[in-house]
Amino acid sequence: MTTVPAAPKGQAPATSRFDLGKILLEGRAFLALIVIFVVFTILAPQSYPTVGNILVMASHVSVYAILSIGMLLVILNGGIDLSVGSTLGLSGMVAGFLMQGVKLGGVTLYPAVWVVVVIALAVGALVGLVNGILVARLKVAPFVATLGTLYAVRGLAELMTNGLTFSSLDGDPALGNTGFDWLGFNRILNVPIGVLVMIVVAVLVSLVLNRTVFGRWVYASGGNERAAELSGVPVRRVKVRVYVASGVCAAIAGVILASELTSASPTAGTSYELTAIAAVVIGGAALTGGRGNIRGTLLGAFVIGFLSDGLVIVGVSAYWQTVFTGTVIVLAVLLNAVQYRGRRRAAQNGAGSPPSATAPSTATAGADRTVLEKAAG
Amino acid sequence: MSDETVASAPGADEVVLSARDVVKTYGGTRALKGVNFDIHRGRVTTLFGENGAGKSTLMKILSGVEQPTSGRILLDGAEVQFGSTVDARERGISIIHQELSLAPNLSVRDNIFMGRELRTPTGVDYKEEGRQSAEILKELGEDIDPAALVSDLRLGQQQVVEIARALSIDARILIMDEPTSALSATEVEVLFRVIADLKRKGVSIVYISHHLEEALQITDFAVVLRDGSITANALAKDIDLEWIVRRMVGDNFDLGEPPAGYEFGPVALAIDDVSVADVENPDRSVVDHLSLDVRAGEIVCLYGLMGAGRTELLEAVAGRVPVTGGRVVLQGRDVSRMSIAQRLAAGLGLVPEDRQRDGLVQTMTVGQNLSLSSVGRFVKGLFLSRDAERSLVEAGIRDVRVKTSGGAAPIGSLSGGNQQKVVIGKIVSTGPKVILLDEPSRGIDVGAKAEVFRLLADRAREGLAVVYSTSEVGECLSIAHRIVVLRRGRISAEFGPQAAKEEIMAASGEAVVV
Repeated sequence: MTTVPAAPKGQAPATSRFDLGKILLEGRAFLALIVIFVVFTILAPQSYPTVGNILVMASHVSVYAILSIGMLLVILNGGIDLSVGSTLGLSGMVAGFLMQGVKLGGVTLYPAVWVVVVIALAVGALVGLVNGILVARLKVAPFVATLGTLYAVRGLAELMTNGLTFSSLDGDPALGNTGFDWLGFNRILNVPIGVLVMIVVAVLVSLVLNRTVFGRWVYASGGNERAAELSGVPVRRVKVRVYVASGVCAAIAGVILASELTSASPTAGTSYELTAIAAVVIGGAALTGGRGNIRGTLLGAFVIGFLSDGLVIVGVSAYWQTVFTGTVIVLAVLLNAVQYRGRRRAAQNGAGSPPSATAPSTATAGADRTVLEKAAG
Repeated sequence: MSDETVASAPGADEVVLSARDVVKTYGGTRALKGVNFDIHRGRVTTLFGENGAGKSTLMKILSGVEQPTSGRILLDGAEVQFGSTVDARERGISIIHQELSLAPNLSVRDNIFMGRELRTPTGVDYKEEGRQSAEILKELGEDIDPAALVSDLRLGQQQVVEIARALSIDARILIMDEPTSALSATEVEVLFRVIADLKRKGVSIVYISHHLEEALQITDFAVVLRDGSITANALAKDIDLEWIVRRMVGDNFDLGEPPAGYEFGPVALAIDDVSVADVENPDRSVVDHLSLDVRAGEIVCLYGLMGAGRTELLEAVAGRVPVTGGRVVLQGRDVSRMSIAQRLAAGLGLVPEDRQRDGLVQTMTVGQNLSLSSVGRFVKGLFLSRDAERSLVEAGIRDVRVKTSGGAAPIGSLSGGNQQKVVIGKIVSTGPKVILLDEPSRGIDVGAKAEVFRLLADRAREGLAVVYSTSEVGECLSIAHRIVVLRRGRISAEFGPQAAKEEIMAASGEAVVV
């Protein structure tokens, strides 16, 4: 037997152990991404690992990723937002509608593209606000409230055209409203705009989560709402805001998707909410709230996107794609369970090691473990 | 090992269950360092020790929750191994855990029979279960409907259900880890009567409690555990409270006395004719037209039985539950319509009774928990100032003397007493004018209790108005300048710090135990 000097795990100070846990958490999704990439590179060496393809896949991912970031905020706060797919569809439709011109009296107004985008995002925010008020003020369970808006908002999107698609969103130079396709087609330094938007949203939300009071409040009220409230956290206001943020993210994704397709379909984004939840879960967030981060969620979105595009490229049937995606999600959740158990153990080991502690507190750590298990279950 | 010398208790009766040289390590930490421990048939053995001394760990090993790293467990002289709690239960060992382990969504009956439902060919025999549950509860002197949901019960009643569950399996050995921490004095009395009954039936009992006096009252053997080793072992009749405490903490202690040598300031908190409705029965008031003034620098202790309205009063003052009448005035300013957050900002904060449920965010670190209430003050431009937060956390850890490896440690790694200090530190660091503490000593050891009280006394001297509630008379007669006794939602008496325990208990409506 060869003896490899093991890392002195038990002696590491608490901070580095915590970081190690974090690295393992993100490492898992990252590892999955690498495996997916390597497998498809072997299966389709000509088409999969090219820069062009990767950028195309990334732009597919960006739509999911932006949705997932909004979803992450809601899940961190201890809720769920099932309406994001419908919101995506509705905001795309609103954009499409405005691009066709708005008849006011005898005049048809053609709003500038930026106005169209702002209004579309406002529609997303409005849907989020409705969700937030239902959940935070009227105490409807998040699952039910957002399930309701999932249907209602999809219905509204379909009502706008009786189910038809707005097919040409190119605009007209004579009307000064061209450029809607810029979001979907243009590139800066060869990077699709959608990907850049995703990066901007991710950086912004990451800063909000890690560096602002609001971010701390999101984590705190997701971890223990009663304690957060007694600590002076305005839990209801925080809750309304995460749903609004989720709605805005969905609208951004909707506008990008409509722009990529230069058409807005009322059925766009159907079942995307599930993909978004899957990405958040694969990224290591706990559905019970309080745990998770942007990096994990982004990796989760990339795992799903690179997997499904890879399956398309190697010509696997759509049915099998669904099976594979499902398997990945279940595996991710299994690993989440394993990981949180590990962290609790780490917490337990850490209990006795503080140099100043005269009383090892393993017994209490054990009691907390039961509490955590209850919370997780 | 010095343990050997004290291992066999004087006047040994028949030993039912014993631990020999039991060692338990978690990672690199030795929670138990070779413990020898005996349980005698039909006797009560009390295990004394501070939080983290290893009491709960030892009990978990004896009840099959955890397995020892090394050492042997002997049942009736034969070596046994408990793979699980079910294993231990089948051999007649039952445990009542410190933290309640009931399913709040199920009925009392379903909880009592959880995991060993009475089966019939067509399903569960709910009728018989209900009958047996009612019988056990009656024996415990508690009028709880077996069909009631556990979530609808008060903490004290839930504790009774937990005890009923342990009793329902006809245990030979019953381990009680802090069974009285949520019970009122009357309920404790009932429990003690039950314990006496069980003893007569030959049931062996292991008892763990932070209420030392209470434990000493019922125990036959006293065993003291300190830092994972047994430091003393004696017959209860040969020893007194001081003897135990000395061996637990290593030196003398007391819970302090009212801080003196300064003048109280103006009235900081005025509770004016406040009423609070009963959640379950809105026609009834749990707090009934109650008025109380607390001055800056004053420490007021609220004493009362379970259900006297202490928790409801404190929660109403803090803004957690609405008042149905009256006003709460903070430094001359009516705060009755304010949210919890606004009251906290105005200088009024509550340290809740249930630490795990209402006090801590388990997913966050020690530092994040400490700074949660004051985090809004560190905003620099858009972002939090990490330096400001770090210095607050460090100051907080130092001020309230949290034993931790640092602000980045997970909150779950702390012992109960230290977790409580974090909850108190969180409110204190907002710079409040009035601090309310609901049972601040629940489930923490004497050392930590004394530290918590000293901390409060220090703050009072600086002008903080302190109101704390307790169900332990001994704790009233510590740092409080004034003892206010509640009974059925009203103030039934007020005492100074020189009051006798008996008169306080009599005012609360408690039968005095002689």
